[in-house]
Amino acid sequence: MTNFLMPSRRALLKGAGAGLLALALPAVVGAQAAPIKIGFQLHRTGIGASYGRWYERTATAALKLINDAGGIAGRPVEIVFEDDATDPKRGAEVVDKLTQQAGCDLVMGTLFSHVVMGSAPRAGELKVPYLVCSEGYHVASGALNRWTLQPGITDVRAQISTMAPWVAANLGKKVTMVFPDYAFGHDHRDFFTKAMAEQGGEVIAQIAIPPTETSFTRYFPQIPAETEVLYHVMVGPAVLTFVKELGEFYGTGAKPALFGFVDSLEAVDTATPGLEFLEGSHFWEGHPRVKPADAGEHEAAYRAAVGVDDNGASVSDAKDVSTYAHMFSTWETLYFIKNAMEAAGYTGPADRQKLVEAMEAITDLPYGLEHPQGAKRFNGKTHQVFGSQYISQIQSGKLIKVHATTIDEGLYPDAVDYTAMSF
Amino acid sequence: MKVWASHLAVVALLLALGFLLPPYHATNMARIMVLAVFAMGYNLAFGYTGLLSLGHALFFAAGIYAAGLPIWHWGLGAAPALILGLLGGGIVAGVTGLLALRTAGVSFMIVTLMFAQAGYLTLLYFNGVTGGDEGFALPASGRMLFGADLSTDLPRYLTAWALFSATFLATLALVRSRFGRVMVALRENEERARMLGINPFTAKLAVLVLSGAASGLAGAAYGVLFGYAGASFATIQYSILPMLYVLLGGAGTVAGPLLGAVLMFALIEVANDLTSAWLFIVGAVLVIVVLFAPKGILGALRDRFFRGLP
Repeated sequence: MTNFLMPSRRALLKGAGAGLLALALPAVVGAQAAPIKIGFQLHRTGIGASYGRWYERTATAALKLINDAGGIAGRPVEIVFEDDATDPKRGAEVVDKLTQQAGCDLVMGTLFSHVVMGSAPRAGELKVPYLVCSEGYHVASGALNRWTLQPGITDVRAQISTMAPWVAANLGKKVTMVFPDYAFGHDHRDFFTKAMAEQGGEVIAQIAIPPTETSFTRYFPQIPAETEVLYHVMVGPAVLTFVKELGEFYGTGAKPALFGFVDSLEAVDTATPGLEFLEGSHFWEGHPRVKPADAGEHEAAYRAAVGVDDNGASVSDAKDVSTYAHMFSTWETLYFIKNAMEAAGYTGPADRQKLVEAMEAITDLPYGLEHPQGAKRFNGKTHQVFGSQYISQIQSGKLIKVHATTIDEGLYPDAVDYTAMSF
Repeated sequence: MKVWASHLAVVALLLALGFLLPPYHATNMARIMVLAVFAMGYNLAFGYTGLLSLGHALFFAAGIYAAGLPIWHWGLGAAPALILGLLGGGIVAGVTGLLALRTAGVSFMIVTLMFAQAGYLTLLYFNGVTGGDEGFALPASGRMLFGADLSTDLPRYLTAWALFSATFLATLALVRSRFGRVMVALRENEERARMLGINPFTAKLAVLVLSGAASGLAGAAYGVLFGYAGASFATIQYSILPMLYVLLGGAGTVAGPLLGAVLMFALIEVANDLTSAWLFIVGAVLVIVVLFAPKGILGALRDRFFRGLP
């Protein structure tokens, strides 16, 4: 006879088993719900701070959408932001901290090339995926390692090379280049000169400006009179002086067509007094700052999520102009991570190698809310993504999109096969 | 004897930490020891001899490139690269000193600053060879030292410790030698030192070469231990860094640079966790130290408790 006070042996075993299961349940649920932690190497201070501010906002907006939609493989996602002061030494320390102290599953978000170069070796040593948003050619050139990838933004080689056909066809074939005399400027000099020659055009003068220069007037007489296009990529505060002095040099007389990269005007209002001389000139943009009339169906949702108006400024402060041409890369990198983690069945740091292999297997990244800048093609061998570039013209002080390139225009032969390297 | 025992105890403690600390802190301690070598070199010039330089980034960068470029371009190994770094820092400091030591005080500071800036721009200008502002990652083959892989935790720590210990004990021997007293004499009263038969120019040049060699060794060590060389190491920030370590830990003390490097590293870590305005906290702490302990922590302790501290 059994009753509540005197249970049978079978009932006792069942009860004990149920009790153990109940005790174990929170641990199982907890493990399933443990957040995926993504370390973000952020340029919060230093020369990259204006980019960093918007990189943080964009990544935070994408994170919210991902979590609202159920996270990654059902797990919530956290981003741990850590300032690297836009310094390569601190950058390597930040990779260490995010990986070994904060316990992040991977690290992402770096923009400035020297910070990428300084940090990537440490990421390789720690065997942690390191996804940069830098547009440098350092990844695809083979200078880094198997753990470093650039899936969210095209590189400078593709960007520059795809500009030449349009410049040659629409602005002119005799080009004078004005560029800062260091690596960034030299990339432009080398890639554009080659691409222009392939179009039957010619770079007739290359004017390198020392990085410490504060006035440019004395360089302008070196611009040959037969110049049809003036290609300029000055960066930093110097760009305002450069444009103002260029305007004074040409005055109201005939002038060559101007073509530049918007890197020099990121986070700067193109209607700023002193920039009037740029009216009618053209710029490369990674993602059109001013919402184009023919923008894709997801453009509005992306802008709303990040908090950017149709002019590319913050919705809360029209003077707070975004780094619109680059910041989409953090958004798209987060979705790339989500797709790769879900494809790899990622459960934790032990699966990091499997995760990189899953990333290398990704090829097509279709246009959508996950990739609002445009469709892309990822090359698993070179760890570099390819996509469309945009050309905009300053009309009434605003950047208006006038041309988009195709993905194929930016492709170039592989310089490395990271998949053949050991982990 | 007590002095040697206490400094050897520091060396022993650091060795033990390599086996006791978790990997994250051990890696940071390796970084700190390399930077302390840099600061010890700076301390020889500034702390002991009174040569206020703002150009030591040039010597650190000379070391990192003298080691890094042959590794990158010609596949040199880590051991000869470290020696080249030491020589590179010393030679560049010697050449700089030959010209800059014609000045003194604030002028010396400005001339050294200009030399460092010229060095930085040279690195940018020849970016085809140097990697320019972007820099370059050192290949794995150049990070092997006597069969040990310096990209792994323990060999990296032990190498940093060995370089630190050698510099630390050599500095102690130097400052306690006759030449060490000459250095202090030049700092305290150059004219009196001259009256005693010391040639200030030659002595200061020798100090600057030793200081530059230690800075170059630190630069080379940073390159081979952490796998990166870049022009940012030649910017003024890296001239100020060893000065801050020395000021915080105690100028003219052998262990001050190590203490300063440890505290500054910890301060940046803690301040970074507290606020995005972490540079403000770091700056405020430095102002407080300069106001209330102008001789640095070990300098203040020496004045009050340990009169014989070298």
